[in-house]
Amino acid sequence: MAEQHSEEFKRFNVDLWKYDGHAGALIPLLQSAQDTYGYVPEKAIHSISHITGIPAAEIYGVVTFYAQFRTKPLGRNIIRVCNGTACHVNGVKTLYGTIQDELGINYEETTDDGAFSLLSVACLGCCSLAPVITINGEVFGRLTAAKLRKILRDARRRAKETV
Amino acid sequence: MKTVLVGLGTCGISAGGEKVYKALQDELKEHPGAFELKETGCIGMCYREPLVEIHDNGGKHLYAEVTPERVGRIVEEDILGNTTVEEWLATADPKEQEFFDNQVRIVLRNSGIIDPGSIEEYIARDGYKALRKVLEGMTPEDVIRDVLASGLRGRGGGGFPTGKKWEFTRASKGDKKYIICNADEGDPGAFMDRSVLESDPHSVLEGMMIAAYAIGADEAYIYCRAEYPKAIARLRQAISQAQKRNLLGDNILGSGFNFIIRIKEGAGAFVCGEETALIASIEGRRGMPRFRPPFPAESGLWGKPTSINNVETFANVPWIILNGGEAFAAYGTANSKGTKVFAMAGKVRRTGLVEVPMGITIRDIIFKVCGGIIDDKEFKAVQMGGPSGGCIPAHMCDIGVDYQEVNKTGAIMGSGGLIVMDETTCMVDVARYFLTFTQAESCGKCTFCRIGTKRMLEILERITDGQGTMQDLDNLQELALQVGAASLCGLGQTAPNPVLTTLKYFRDEYEAHILHKKCPAHVCAPLLTYTINEQCTGCTLCARACPTAAIAGENKQLHSIDQDLCIKCGKCFTVCRFDAVLKD
Repeated sequence: MAEQHSEEFKRFNVDLWKYDGHAGALIPLLQSAQDTYGYVPEKAIHSISHITGIPAAEIYGVVTFYAQFRTKPLGRNIIRVCNGTACHVNGVKTLYGTIQDELGINYEETTDDGAFSLLSVACLGCCSLAPVITINGEVFGRLTAAKLRKILRDARRRAKETV
Repeated sequence: MKTVLVGLGTCGISAGGEKVYKALQDELKEHPGAFELKETGCIGMCYREPLVEIHDNGGKHLYAEVTPERVGRIVEEDILGNTTVEEWLATADPKEQEFFDNQVRIVLRNSGIIDPGSIEEYIARDGYKALRKVLEGMTPEDVIRDVLASGLRGRGGGGFPTGKKWEFTRASKGDKKYIICNADEGDPGAFMDRSVLESDPHSVLEGMMIAAYAIGADEAYIYCRAEYPKAIARLRQAISQAQKRNLLGDNILGSGFNFIIRIKEGAGAFVCGEETALIASIEGRRGMPRFRPPFPAESGLWGKPTSINNVETFANVPWIILNGGEAFAAYGTANSKGTKVFAMAGKVRRTGLVEVPMGITIRDIIFKVCGGIIDDKEFKAVQMGGPSGGCIPAHMCDIGVDYQEVNKTGAIMGSGGLIVMDETTCMVDVARYFLTFTQAESCGKCTFCRIGTKRMLEILERITDGQGTMQDLDNLQELALQVGAASLCGLGQTAPNPVLTTLKYFRDEYEAHILHKKCPAHVCAPLLTYTINEQCTGCTLCARACPTAAIAGENKQLHSIDQDLCIKCGKCFTVCRFDAVLKD
């Protein structure tokens, strides 16, 4: 585990070192940190502050402003529910209910076993397949509550097998 | 030799286009040299994806809803055997042809035709010819004059004349100027810009180059949503191809014109579509709008004169330069020229991307181009302009697509999301949906936007919960006007539009929720009545899920709901695996 961490840090560090003093690099650096760790850990905020001279509090302000940045790690499998207009009109709320019921989590939450995180996205842009969710990037469209329940059970079984 | 094109935009991939591509690759291994396999961007018929087009000696035909299982027969009969598989053609039903016949493609001139990863294919279709024309024989003033003559207006939603914006930026004093391409397409239900970037990235780059030449800029940023990974990858590839051909960099094509383009990935904030917020975000700060003036044309990125234009606006520019401003202005109405791309979604039969001449009626887009309403249900309204726009009722849909005409209804042209709604859409719920979005996306700078939208949302939630009063409607109206008046940027100024337009045109629905405690469209859960029909197998799942024990029934017997105990939480409807729970 310790090795893995240092490896991650090395990757992120390369980006830090590439920082050229150019104003406006803060968001790309935060994106790099999140790519590396899966979220923006406090230590990354301090490293960035140290290199750029931007106060940590200001960086934290930027992190919490943008929806993309997370300050907590995510589960191993990520479910994204599209809340675009087309999905809303086509009944995505029922799907959310099904997920809550099946996995016991709300948006922005992770199951206790760390297997699933549930996120809401503004629009995945596959409006013609509405309502849509993605599991680890794979798109499931034209869903009904019954279809989704089956998909979730399969996903949960697979998640258990891979642990 | 036949060329086989597979539509691999995001919509094509979502529908399984990559599996079809893979199946075609396998076929190609079995029949080496039998055909040429290529990928292309969005063909527009998102509702029939995955799409495969076969080109043969100038002729072409399109297969729809292709699955990996269907690939074998297509290869065998069509490609090897030269007989078209008629029943799988997109136009097997001749009515489908009207989807293409009623469109005019300027922005989408290459979409679904060229391989977006190939600069050669772009060049073969007159790509970068406009740039050459500009660099070889036009002054910046000539370019601006052409764009002014075209009547092109900003396609991001504002509708400000593009030529004017360039003129102002050119006139601003400063040795350093910037171009910004706004690709932060945030409206839910809008995917025009993503599709253009994925299908024809070079047309946007070329438009930016021409703009830079016109205003005297040497550097540009494309601010693109991080949620569009494919578009970003396409842009990176296109920029590097253009650099290799000296279409970007120093002394472009020997003209002495220098220009570079950088990409900035957005980090997920709707407000960053607003130009001053976008600039703050590129500069690495919280994306909060500031007071204007000074406008970016005067003081923009890092305080330098900056012209910010939308993706679709840029994609129009090379066509205008090549064909002349007058040719562009020949399409459209007195004050809205050219074409507009719309992302069609919602309860319409043909969802996807369409490009139509300005002035076409909304009804024609829905019924002629897009085939009308799914299941022939009753057309109720269309939502234009996303969270900043409004709902136009069916009886007003004979107006033409024109900035002024649309504004008169209380909606806006917006960036091009067009959501069609039928009798099963609750307009109060739609207003609440958009307000949930804007309330969450408000940056918090202006009090009315931050707190006013929150209070408006609470009122709407009360109404959809069946707890509303008639006084709420007056309060809602008053708050809406105040939020609009007291907000600094477009987000707050337009956030009340969905509420104001639904209040204006669908007041009866609000009243039904308040006075009769009914949701006419059967959408608002607390106002529904749940019942169980004969499809019930008696699995007891709903009875166990019911938090108030309102559902009675023996194992393997038909269940029933006690309406006095039911709290209308909808749990039974959600858990039922046999579609046996009905709502009314």
